[in-house]
This record gives sequence, C-alpha cells and structure tokens, in this order.
Amino acid sequence: MFHDKAGYFFELFIGGLTKGSIYALIALGYTMVYGIIELINFAHGEIYMIGAFTALITAAALTAFGVTHPLVLVSVSGITAVVYASAYGYTLEKVAYKPLRNAPRLSPLISAIGMSIFLQNFVLLAQTSNYIPFPNLIPPLPFLEPVSHIMGTVDFIILCTTAVIMILLTFLIRKTRIGTAMRATAQDKTMARLLGIDVDRIISFTFITGSALAAVGGVMVGSKMGQINFYIGFIAGIKAFTAAVLGGIGSIPGAVLGGLILGWTESFGTGYLTSDYEDVFAFSLLVLILIFKPSGLLGRNTTPKV
Amino acid sequence: MLELRGINTYYGKIHALRDVSLSVQEGEIIALIGSNGAGKTTTLMSVSGIIPPSSGEILFKGRAIHDSSPEAIVRLGIAHVPEGRRIFPFLTVMENLSLGAFLRKDRQNIKKDLDTVFDLFPILKNRKDQPGGNLSGGEQQMLAISRAFMARPGLLLLDEPSLGLAPLVIKQIFEIITELNTTKGTTLLLVEQNANLALKTAHRAYVIENGCITLTGKGRELLVHDDVRKAYLGL
Repeated sequence: MFHDKAGYFFELFIGGLTKGSIYALIALGYTMVYGIIELINFAHGEIYMIGAFTALITAAALTAFGVTHPLVLVSVSGITAVVYASAYGYTLEKVAYKPLRNAPRLSPLISAIGMSIFLQNFVLLAQTSNYIPFPNLIPPLPFLEPVSHIMGTVDFIILCTTAVIMILLTFLIRKTRIGTAMRATAQDKTMARLLGIDVDRIISFTFITGSALAAVGGVMVGSKMGQINFYIGFIAGIKAFTAAVLGGIGSIPGAVLGGLILGWTESFGTGYLTSDYEDVFAFSLLVLILIFKPSGLLGRNTTPKV
Repeated sequence: MLELRGINTYYGKIHALRDVSLSVQEGEIIALIGSNGAGKTTTLMSVSGIIPPSSGEILFKGRAIHDSSPEAIVRLGIAHVPEGRRIFPFLTVMENLSLGAFLRKDRQNIKKDLDTVFDLFPILKNRKDQPGGNLSGGEQQMLAISRAFMARPGLLLLDEPSLGLAPLVIKQIFEIITELNTTKGTTLLLVEQNANLALKTAHRAYVIENGCITLTGKGRELLVHDDVRKAYLGL
C-alpha cells in the first residue's frame, strides 16, 4: 500500500517535471524578449504551434519519400522546425514590433495580440481546425521498459533535451560575447549602443533564440500528446506566460523555476484533488503571486543606483 | 580631429543645439562648459550618433559621421562616457570592462589594456567579480572611464565626470584624465558644470548657452574672463 502511494507520488512528480520543463522552455522566450524590449510577445505561443506543425509536415514529407529511420526523422524534422520557427520569430519582430519601437508601450502589445490572432487563423486556414495526428517520432527506449508506467520514453527525452538546452542557454547568456551583450542591452540600451553593440541585431537574436526554444517545445509536446491543432499555442502560451510571471518576468532562472512549479502544481493538483480543475490550479497560482509578490519569485524590482 | 560645423539638433520639438560649431585638434583636451540644459550633453550625444543632428556636419578625421550609426562611430575610434556613468548594474566589473572592448578583435592588446586599467585603478581589480551596481559613485566613474578606455579610442567624450563625487575623488579622476591625455595621447572632449576645474584642465574651452556657442578661448584665458567669472565661477 505504502509502495503504491509512493509510486503514485513519483508518477505525479515526473509528470509535473515533464510538463513544467516544457512550460519553462516556452517561458524562456517570453522572459528573454521581455528582458530586452519590455514587451509581452503574445504571439510566442503561436511560434511554438508553428514549430510543432513544421515538424509534423516535415516528418510526413520524409515518410512519403520513404525515409523511415527514426533518428533521421527526429533530427531532420526537429531541425526544420527550429529553423522555420526561428525565421517566423525573426520576421515577427521586424514586421510587428520594430516599427513600433518608439511608440507608446500599449501599441506593440496590441500588435502582438494581432499577430497572435493572425498566425492562429493562418494555420487554421492552412491546416483546418481538426486535431491532426502527430507522428510518433521517438521510438521506445528498451532500458526504460521497467519504469515505463512512471516515466515513458517521451518523458525521458523531454527531460534530457530541456536539461541540455538550459545548460547551453545558461552558457550562452553567462559566458559568451553575444550573451554579455544581450544582458547589457537588457539593462541599458543607449549605453550598449555607445559601446558599439548593434542593439537591433541583439533584439533579432533574442527573438530567434526564444523561437528556437519554443519550436523544440512544440515538437516534444506533439510527440507526447500525439495530436496537434492550430489552437495549442494559445493555451501553452498563456501557461508559459504564467510561468514567466511566476518566476519573475525578465529573469531566466525565474522562467525555469516558474515553469517547474506550475507543472508540479497542475500535476499534483489534478492527481490528488480533481482532474477537472487543471487550469484553475495554474491560474490561481498566478493570482496569488500577483497579489503577494508581483515581481515574481526571482524577479528584481529594485531600481539600480545611478 | 573632430569638427562640428553648424549643427542643429532637436530633442522632440525642442531646438536643443543651434548652429553649434567647434573643433578639437588631435592631442587636445577641450572643455565644453555651460549651465544645466544649455546643450552640453546633447552635443556629445550628437557626436556619438545617439541623437543625430538634423542639419550641419560632423567630421571625424576628415570623414563625415553625422549620418553614421553609433556602432560605426565607436568603430572609428570615438568612445563616450555618458552623464551618470551608466555602468551596467547587474554585470560584473570585469564584464563591464570587456564590453568596452566589444568591437576589438586583438585579444593580446585587450589583455594588456586590462592590466593597464587594473594598475591605474587597483580597486577595480579587487572588485572585478562584483556587480557594477555595488560600486560607489567614485568607483563607478573609474569603471566608466576604464570601460571607455578599453575601446582604445582616439577621441574620448566625457560627460560630467565630477558629478556627485567627493572633492578628493574628483581630484583623482581629473588626474587620471590628464594622464590619459599626456601618456596615452587620448584626445578629450570634456563636458563639465564644474567650470573652474574644467578650465584648469583643458587646453581650450567653449561656453555654450541655450544651445549656442557664445565664447571660446584658451582654458586659462576663460578662467579670468569677466563674463565667465560672473556666470560660471560665481566670482
């Protein structure tokens, strides 16, 4: 009996961790863009959805051409999704946000909502509103057989991939030249320009990086859920936004922490209380954090001394 | 080395600079003095391309730079220490310094210049892994000047280096500024409210009032000029 209880707990724990790391992956895009240009990129969820669709279409095309090797399928469709979504993210910024750089703050926000609606409907027209089966890109790993009731192959891959991506991202931002330039741009754009940093390029790079992470998330969620439609970006986007706010928008460790806490809250809430209120748990958390710590768990609300 | 020919710059609708002309020769220290809101900072911001002039010409080493991007201007060898120092508060001292050399590729010399900075300001070496925001005002000013020096500029624009600092620290900063000029051959365009100090340090100076250059001459001459004494030295 005790063993079963512990097993159930562990199952929920892993489920929350998997879910949370996907939220974190998407939340990173929100928080990085906010950190640089103080804009909530509401179309970010759509980039994630486009990533998932790109992988689906690429995999279908490859299969039609007789490519069946799982490793080739996964890597080619994954990379295509990342490249395609990055191109969308880059274009999005150039078309919808850059012209409004000096406009009142509400304008780019409205433009973001507009782009979100536009991209959703664009995919709706191209792919219909039906759920489309997502190909099973990831073959089962034999060594996970004994624990498959707790952690399936897809969960395992999701956890490993997000862990590697977050380590790489941390390295990129903390240790590289462009990462330092990104942090500098986030703190003081004029000063960054006075040092010769091309702020427009840094902003583009931020959108590309965030979009690439979202695409990876999209491919993995597609694999886990087994079906996607044009609307998946909206809910995932709002959840990831919640995660970003929870951790403190603008803070990269905050996005990861917020994602994980959100994942666990949903997983344990549905597992121990009721499965009907998954979204209620997520958004109650958002309300609580906005009341008691509006800057988020790891957010900064101090103004630097000049 | 630097020449401004009749530049006009607007801050939104405000006509901040009116027909400003001035020149800086290689190796000089030039002071630009004037009261609050006279257009000193705007002049420097126009030179570095942050607020480009709407008319007039800015030449650096004979090349027109008034249409260039700030990045291109930094690349040509103009570094700017802005008003309020603008240290990146959440980057370490080391990261702040390395960004000064952002456009440089000569790693060997960057390393050497970093040693020079640490010799000049040992306090920065002791605090190199601390966030810039933790430094005191004086230390931040040292860091700001060092960061600009890391670009190895031919021309250094300095905006109010004495602002908010203790007299002893101001003295130290100005000694370093003079030293940069004499030993490293850096040309300096210095904006100051502390006219007394600026005129003593500078070879030549310009007085700016309401966006117009009203007076120019040798630093020592302006120091004893009646109008300057009355308006800026409080004598």
